[in-house]
Parts: sequence; structure tokens; C-alpha cells
Amino acid sequence: MKSTALTTLAFSIAGTLTAYAQETKSVDQAVNDAFAAATGPFVSFIFAPIPGTSFPWIVMWLVIAASVFTIYFGFIQVRGFVHSIQLVSGKYSDPKDAGEVSHFQALTTALSGTVGLGNIAGVAVAVGIGGPGATFWMILAGLLGMASKFTECTLGVKYRNEYEDGTVSGGPMYYMSKGFAERGLPGGKVLAVIFSIFCIMGALGGGNMFQANQAHAQIAGIFGDFPGWITGLVFAVIVFAVIVGGIKSIANVTEKVVPFMGILYVGTAIVILLINYDKIGWAFGQIFSGAFTGLGVAGGIVGALIQGFKRAAFSNEAGVGSAAIAHSAVRTKEPITEGVVSLLEPFIDTVVICTMTALVITISGLLIMDPATGNFVLDGNSIKTVGDVSGVSLTSAAFATGFIWFPYVLAIAVVLFAFSTMISWSYYGLKAWTYLFGEGKVQELTFKLLFCVFVVIGAAASLGPVIDFSDAAIFAMAVINITALYFLMPVVKKEMNSYFGRLKTGEIRKFQH
Amino acid sequence: MTTKIIVGVDGSGSGERAIDHAKKMAKLIGKCELLVVFVIEWSPYAFQTPEQNAERHKRREEEIKDATDHIVQPAVDRIKQDGLTARGIVRHGHVADLLSSTAVDEGAELIVVARSSEHGLASRVFGTSTANLVMHASVPVTVVG
Repeated sequence: MKSTALTTLAFSIAGTLTAYAQETKSVDQAVNDAFAAATGPFVSFIFAPIPGTSFPWIVMWLVIAASVFTIYFGFIQVRGFVHSIQLVSGKYSDPKDAGEVSHFQALTTALSGTVGLGNIAGVAVAVGIGGPGATFWMILAGLLGMASKFTECTLGVKYRNEYEDGTVSGGPMYYMSKGFAERGLPGGKVLAVIFSIFCIMGALGGGNMFQANQAHAQIAGIFGDFPGWITGLVFAVIVFAVIVGGIKSIANVTEKVVPFMGILYVGTAIVILLINYDKIGWAFGQIFSGAFTGLGVAGGIVGALIQGFKRAAFSNEAGVGSAAIAHSAVRTKEPITEGVVSLLEPFIDTVVICTMTALVITISGLLIMDPATGNFVLDGNSIKTVGDVSGVSLTSAAFATGFIWFPYVLAIAVVLFAFSTMISWSYYGLKAWTYLFGEGKVQELTFKLLFCVFVVIGAAASLGPVIDFSDAAIFAMAVINITALYFLMPVVKKEMNSYFGRLKTGEIRKFQH
Repeated sequence: MTTKIIVGVDGSGSGERAIDHAKKMAKLIGKCELLVVFVIEWSPYAFQTPEQNAERHKRREEEIKDATDHIVQPAVDRIKQDGLTARGIVRHGHVADLLSSTAVDEGAELIVVARSSEHGLASRVFGTSTANLVMHASVPVTVVG
């Protein structure tokens, strides 16, 4: 009797939830349509191609900035590379500062926010459309992007706020307002406010809804299709426990498992490459010849270049300003040291991890080639693949050619990466929120609750326009951030010359540990 | 010349045993200073969230204050009550490395630690750390059972 009642209750709850879900879907549809109409012009503007080309101007904006910083700082990515490794390994850290945030910690925290879907799905999209040649341009963009990170992270530390209770807040909004004021430039506060608004949108969108959505897609791929709001609710509860409940253990576990997943991913890629060592030379040949001929991909060499540049920018976020928030908590007397350390971020994210993905896909032979011409066979705009796969499924299938079990590991990795990206972006969004509305418990809680609600929304529906908008918001951050970086780069140069000068004379020395 | 002895404590009963033994040694030696050292286990290579990083400096201060107020200072006071000289030191890092390097920096003649702690988590100080210390210390180590 009791069990019958319970079963009836369960069914009625399930029925209500299904009805609710359907209702939500239709509500979502309405929201989508309204949202698309309202934000469409903004999205189209951000991703608009340069007239007469198919090259989005925002990608050009990021690449030009990265090139300017590279030249202005005298190829800091080359000159500072060895020193960045010395700094991360703690050779220049004062033992008296033990217990504070180390360079290694600031770097890995920032990396956990950028390493994720961009490295796995984004690269597959780039190679699937632009061919292996896209990899060459992706690596180039990654190398150039190191200079953008260097600039923004140095400023992030230099102009951070240190409060009386010992906590710190840093990021573009602080260097915009304080840095501009210090240099006697107008408009710093205005830029900071606009940046903060875009940062909140980016955090709720690309840093949250997109991640929840993709995580659900992965889980559904393994267990079969089920309503997204279930995944969303579970994720929201866990995110709530971490960011509102302060359950550090979940965060700690994630922060330990995510690097392990990253290492496992790269390790597996290396093993697959070693097994196919005879094809590595050929794969690099494909990458180079593809970069300059296109090997028959849609749009040829330009198609490969756009895809490579675009995906590198999506993946490593150089110039977006998010890293400046993550890096600003480090304990150092020299802001430039954190800039030098941040050089490693695009290097690890793009030059190492993205290249591994691209090489495995190229070697897997899943991209179908015409043996007669040596060109790729096209299916519409993208390259025809064995099994007709694209995006994250292409990466998964490529790794499966080496290890049949890898797709399961990859699915877990994607979910964990999505989660850690959400935790990181919840913090970036929070910092922008408190910049606008002031520091305080109520303000913080409001944003955190809002963030959790968006997790459910993100996982529940296919919010195409909202996701487009959030991607656009992240890139809009780059428009504001890079504008500020151009005005503040002399500050970084002064710091750089002073620091490297003292390093040369031996005034700054390694510590005995 | 004052002889310095390092005593490693972890706020548990085993730490007390180390202090008792060090006091005995100090009385036998005569002119002696006991340095009560508490190490907060910490690694610069641990992974943290952005929020943990932002609050790290604040937490560090709290950890040092906690350890000083509840473990190190009471121990120092008790030693002083016996008419001996004592000083407290709280550091972040690897237990065995720090006890050893503090001994070298301070010019101590001996390190006294207890074999194991009665408490689960706190036993990290005297678990494998004792073995590490004995293997790598630059000054003689006395392990109290």
C-alpha cells in the first residue's frame, strides 16, 4: 500500500517535472527568440568579417595586438622563457614567503580556467575545417599570444587592490581605473565599467552556460539522451556547494583531478604519437604544406589561417583579460615576474596541448584524402571524415584509434574541465560584479546564486543565441582590455627593463632552498 | 655559549613527550635554549582555486596566529615555568626539511621529535616526516618513543 502510494507519488512528480521541462522548453524558445533579436546585432558586430574577406575583425584585433606586444617587448616570449621556468620552480621565491600563493599556483589556477573544451573540441573544429595546416597558424597565434598574457598579467599584479583583511582583488578593471589615473589619462573608470559588464556576461555565458551545455552533451553521449535540466541541477548543486557553501573539499578534489586529467590527456597523445612514430614526420609535413597551400580545404590557405588563429584565441584567452584576474593573487614584490610566468600559459595551452590534439587527429587518418591529388575530400565546408564525426567526437574517435577505451576517459575529462572552468569563471565574474556593486556578503551571494541558476539554464536548453552572445561577450572583453593595454604598455616596459637590468647585475638572485 | 635544541611539535601528546625529553636534556646540559618549532604542512605546488588564491595571504596569517596562540606559545610558556629559556617558531612548508634547515640556520646542536602522534591528521608531523628527518637532517636527531 505504502509502496503503491510512493510509486504514484513518484510518477506524479516525474509527470510534473516532464510537463515543467516541456513548458520550460517552450519558455526557453520564447526567451531564445527575444534574446536573439535583442543581441543579434551585437553578436554580428563582434564576429563581423573584415570587408571583402571572411576574416573576423576580432581575430585580427587579437593577432595584431599580440604582434605589437611581441615587438614592443623585444620577443619577451623567447627572452623570458627560461626565466619563467626558473620562477615557476621557485628558484627566485623568498623562503620567508612560504605559505603565500606561489608562481606555480597562480599559473596552474589560471590554466585550469583555460584548458578545457577549447583544447579538445575547438582544435578538432579547426582541423576539421581548416585541415592540418590550421595547426601551424594556431601554434603561431599561441606563441604571439604569450606577449599579450605577459602584458595583462604584469598589470594585473601591479594595480591589484590589497585589502586590510589580507585578501586581494585584481584584474583589468583595476589596472584600467588605477593605471589610467596614474598616467593622467581620462576614461579609465569608464573602460573598467564596460569591461566588468562584458566580463559578467562572459562568465555567465561562455564560462558557465556553454560549459554546462557541453558537459551535458558528453554525459548524454554515454548514458543516452535525458533531460538537460537534470545534469544542470546536479552541476548547480555542486557549484553551489563550492562557491556558496564554501565546501573546499570538492574544489580541492577538482583542482587535483583536473591537472591529472590534463597530464593523462597529453600523455596518451604522446603514446599514440610514439606508436605511430613513423608518421610524425609526415604529419608535420601536412601541417606545414597545409599552412601554405591549404591542401584543398575550403578557403585554402586563408581558411586554414582563420581557423588556426580563431581557435587559438578561443582556447588560450590571451588578451581577453581573464588571466589578469587569476594571476593577480600571487605573492611577489615584482609584478613583472608574474607576467613572465604567464608566458607559459598560452605555451602549455596552445603550443603543447592543442598541437597534441591536432597531431593525433592528423595521424589517425580520420580526415579523408584523395590519394590521386593528395588534397582533402570536402563535405560542404568541412573535411570529410571517417564515420562522419566532427568537434569533440572527432577528437574522441582519433584517440580511440590508439586506445579503444579513451573516449570514456575523455568524456570524464570534458566534464571535469567544464566544471573547473565554471569555478574559475565564477570567480572572474564575481570580481567584475563586486567591482561594479561593491565588496560585500550580499553582493557576492547575489552573483553566486545568479551563477548557479545559469548553470541549470545552460544545461537545460540549446541556447544557441545565448551562447553566441556569451562568446561575443568574452571577445568584447578583449576589445576593451587590449585598448587599455595599448595605453598602459609603457608601464610594463619600464618594469621589464628595470627587472631584467637588476637580474643581469645580480641584484636579483636565486634563493638557497 | 648557549646550546640550542630544536623541538618539533604538532599540538598533540607526542609533541609533549618531545618537549619533556628536550627539557630533561636542557637541564643536563645547563645553559640551553629550546626552540619550539611548529610546521604548517604546505606545498608551493598544490593546486588551488582562484578564490583560495585571493584569500591565501589572509589564511596564512590566521594559520600562523592559530598555531602560535594554541600550540607554540603555551608550550614556550610551560618550558619557561621550569626556569628554562625558550622561543617559538611557526613556519610553512615541508616538516622534515624545515626542522632541519631551521636547525642549521639557528646553529642548533640537536633536534628532538616524537615518533608518532596520537591524533590522526596531526600525525603527519611525526609520521613519515620523522623518518625523512632522520635520513636527511644535518644535525643529530633524537626520536622520543
